Amino acid sequence: MAKPAEVVDVGPANEAVTPPKELGPVFKRAAPVTKWLDDRVGVAGLIRPLYRKVFPDHFSFLLGEIALYSFIVLLLSGVFLTLWFKPSMAEVDYQGSYQLLRGIKMSDAYASTLGLSFDVRGGLLLRQMHHWAAMLFVAAMLTHSLRIFFTGAFRRPREINWLIGVGMLVIGVFEGFMGYSLPDDLLSGTGLRFMDGAIRSTPIIGTWAEFFFFGGEFPGDLVVPRLYMLHILLLPALLLGLIAAHLALVVYHKHTQFAGPGKTEANVVGYPVFPVYAAKAGGFFFIVFGVVTLMGALMQINPVWVFGPYNPGEVTAGSQPDWYMGFAEGAIRIMPGPGFEWHIGATTWSWNIFIPLALPMALLFGGMAIYPFLEAWVTGDKSEHHILERPRNNPTRTALGVAAMTWYAMLWIGGGNDLVATQFHVSLNAVTWVLRIAVFVAPVLAFLLTKRICIGLQRSDHERLLHGAETGVIERSPAGRFSERHRTISVGEQYLLTQHKEPYPLAPVASDDGEFTEKEIKAEQRRRRATRFYFLDALRKPTKAELEAAIEHQHHLAAAIHGDGHDGHDGHDGHDGHGNGHGNGHATAGHELTADAGDDEHTQFGTESEHMAP
Amino acid sequence: MTEDQGAEGDYERGHGDLRIGHGDHSISSDHSAEITRLDETHYPVPDPGHPEHLPRLADVDPGAANRATRQVATFFGLVPLFAIAFGVVYFAVPGDSYFHFGPLRANARNLGLGVSFGLGLLCIGLGAVQWARTLMDDHEMVDYRHGAASAGEDKEYLITELQKTADEAQLTRRKVIGRSLLGALATIFLPMLIGLADLGPWPTKKKRAATIEATIWKEGIRLVHDVTYKPIKAADLEIGQLVNAEPENLKDLEGTAFLQAKAKAAIIIVRMNPNTIKIPDSRKDWQVGGILCYSKICTHVGCPISLWEQQTHHLLCPCHQSTFDLGDSGVVVFGPAARALPQLPITTDADGYLVARSGFTVPTGPSYFERDSRRDFKRGDN
Repeated sequence: MAKPAEVVDVGPANEAVTPPKELGPVFKRAAPVTKWLDDRVGVAGLIRPLYRKVFPDHFSFLLGEIALYSFIVLLLSGVFLTLWFKPSMAEVDYQGSYQLLRGIKMSDAYASTLGLSFDVRGGLLLRQMHHWAAMLFVAAMLTHSLRIFFTGAFRRPREINWLIGVGMLVIGVFEGFMGYSLPDDLLSGTGLRFMDGAIRSTPIIGTWAEFFFFGGEFPGDLVVPRLYMLHILLLPALLLGLIAAHLALVVYHKHTQFAGPGKTEANVVGYPVFPVYAAKAGGFFFIVFGVVTLMGALMQINPVWVFGPYNPGEVTAGSQPDWYMGFAEGAIRIMPGPGFEWHIGATTWSWNIFIPLALPMALLFGGMAIYPFLEAWVTGDKSEHHILERPRNNPTRTALGVAAMTWYAMLWIGGGNDLVATQFHVSLNAVTWVLRIAVFVAPVLAFLLTKRICIGLQRSDHERLLHGAETGVIERSPAGRFSERHRTISVGEQYLLTQHKEPYPLAPVASDDGEFTEKEIKAEQRRRRATRFYFLDALRKPTKAELEAAIEHQHHLAAAIHGDGHDGHDGHDGHDGHGNGHGNGHATAGHELTADAGDDEHTQFGTESEHMAP
Repeated sequence: MTEDQGAEGDYERGHGDLRIGHGDHSISSDHSAEITRLDETHYPVPDPGHPEHLPRLADVDPGAANRATRQVATFFGLVPLFAIAFGVVYFAVPGDSYFHFGPLRANARNLGLGVSFGLGLLCIGLGAVQWARTLMDDHEMVDYRHGAASAGEDKEYLITELQKTADEAQLTRRKVIGRSLLGALATIFLPMLIGLADLGPWPTKKKRAATIEATIWKEGIRLVHDVTYKPIKAADLEIGQLVNAEPENLKDLEGTAFLQAKAKAAIIIVRMNPNTIKIPDSRKDWQVGGILCYSKICTHVGCPISLWEQQTHHLLCPCHQSTFDLGDSGVVVFGPAARALPQLPITTDADGYLVARSGFTVPTGPSYFERDSRRDFKRGDN
């Protein structure tokens, strides 16, 4: 929007119309400066569209902000660390103030990290802040992506921003890995040793990649300077660029919003950037910064002086990478080795390392990247989406997401299988075997369970819509029956519970009028099978007639509760029975309504009138 | 009836009479009136519009507003104090003083700097958020969205202009210019790629033989303690004992060469009861009375292995828990490693010290594509 400033050439005739507004003392003083700036870069025109831009409010929108702010903290603390850290693997004799390591030979990188920790005032604080902020950065990105996933915010038009986010997550993970490899202590050296072994085992190109990355044989003396360059220049620059694009797209698309009265696909309801968001988001930056600082002050992280310098002949038990590498580490650990290394002629194919390292990464990040397109293909929905979905209203997506989280969690536990074994006094082999099975079985169970929970939640929405909200007031009818009084929910809540779009499961294509080729029909059949997988079990919301009848019934009940013999318990002591009725995948409200709603059963499939357009 | 059966039943029922786009199952008239969206679902409750704005306490009670003002100003007012505290800690607290709190111990300077700076930052944030929440106008505003796509007129303009500019540049008439430019841009990246070819030495057969396939072990090299470099006498080892060791010539190396040599040559020596372990015929003379020597570098990704289970003769890698049976020529019994630990043939010299009979017969450390693994020990070999 770099529109040049309009030439200020207001004629005297215009001037007379509006007398200039009297400015306060601050603005008066700032006026010449801003005019100077505006005359040169047209600031007013640049700021105007953003100044009162509206952002919706929700706590879950803060996750992305945490990621952004922890990245800023990383930049600030990182710059501080570069002033003292020496990315050199040259051997030095440590003579710093940490007595236990004095006189020991170590790399300059490690010695300068010790110097930062003991001799530079505030150095330890900044080191620990940097490390905590890195943990937080990746964690915030991951949880932010979960929020996006479970609310369907990745749908059109935001697919590109989702991909940018996945890209940042990948870069963030590797950025972190490179960062903790820099100090060249025993732990980070062990991480590098792992990296070396993993790169080397890559089929066909392994040794070439290893020699090119390490500048020869492990460990060499080039890998720390090279990682340093990647860590402080290349990857942060990439991240910065992607963050800029990410935010620009947020501004362009305007933020998504949760459903509610007055919120539509065509508007965005919330608070303006100035003054509310400037204060809230700006304040939140300081809160994140402050919390990271307190973590650096109060919670020890990566005490490198305890581990000693890197020594290829030593390792400590319980060595663990930072948390975000845990899932890859776990996959490596629970992979059975024997049988997965092929010896063909004079070659060795090390699938026991390549598969568990490459496959989970490809599945996780690749799966994230293609998911929006997969779901768009299933639903065939090409419209823009700005209202966020409640996770329960897309049970299959939610279940897939939880299944993926469960799978990740199993791998992640695997990354600490030795600690699980020692802390819980169980056999390491048993833990590993359980995880080898759980990594396949647990996601399936999680899928089924989550889907059922979502449908249960949808059912409770139905309950509130059709039977009202529980009031806690128990009444006794003249016939002696007890029942709980229900209150009709507000129109706002009724709207909230019924505003969502309902994609339909589609029956197989049966028309055979020769209009489509066999291939097209096959593709459409596949898509329709997918729609049934996705949407067949989801609860349909009640129709207008059902809802009106139900609300009338509620009023009727309320009026009749002290009345003469009309049974007040009609719809209210048989909830279980109703529950089953609701599970049929269509929206009949219960037996007392079937007379009105009986015609509506077609809603399950019948409304699909869309032809299969290739 | 469970819900699954219900769903299944409905589905079966529907299956029979459903046809795509055929009449019977279109939306009945009383519902079509309610359809407001494209996908023909029904929306039983119309949007009731924005909820009524409710004033906050500070909007109606001047006392509450003044209280909020004081809170915000207090938060902001504390910040200079924390900033000064930071300066005081920085210059006054020595680096070796510690703060004790029950079982916890913290470096006083780190704690003081972090707490003062962190609380200062936190106060700015809390003050700003409190200000926004309690005092700033909280009437929600509405913005209207535009479709993400650009206006049709913009698109048309661009398409015509693209065509026009291509003509103006003569690209449409003189296609060879465009094609040769594409070729030029594609190939100019080549020098940048070529420039990376010196990132490391090329792992040719010869280079591999001199680096990752070679250790500094050779015939007659003494086995020495890895820390003290003291040679090890066979008689000094007890059954069940494990010793971390190195080749004696390692101490001649320094810096990178030292690390590279150590990363391949590190060994462990174990003494087991020769009657309770399997010693294949081909390796009868690789050991000295139940004293066996293996590479310490895991065949998985190269961690040094050292967790020794005396009773089972198992050796566990602390990195990924690969488990090797040292009583059976180092074969893998559990975990992600796939190859047996290479064994170093040893004997004793005239003084009774352990020495290598030769170097390792196979490369030590993790696998790689060009590795000839046919000579590695496999379970059941003899």
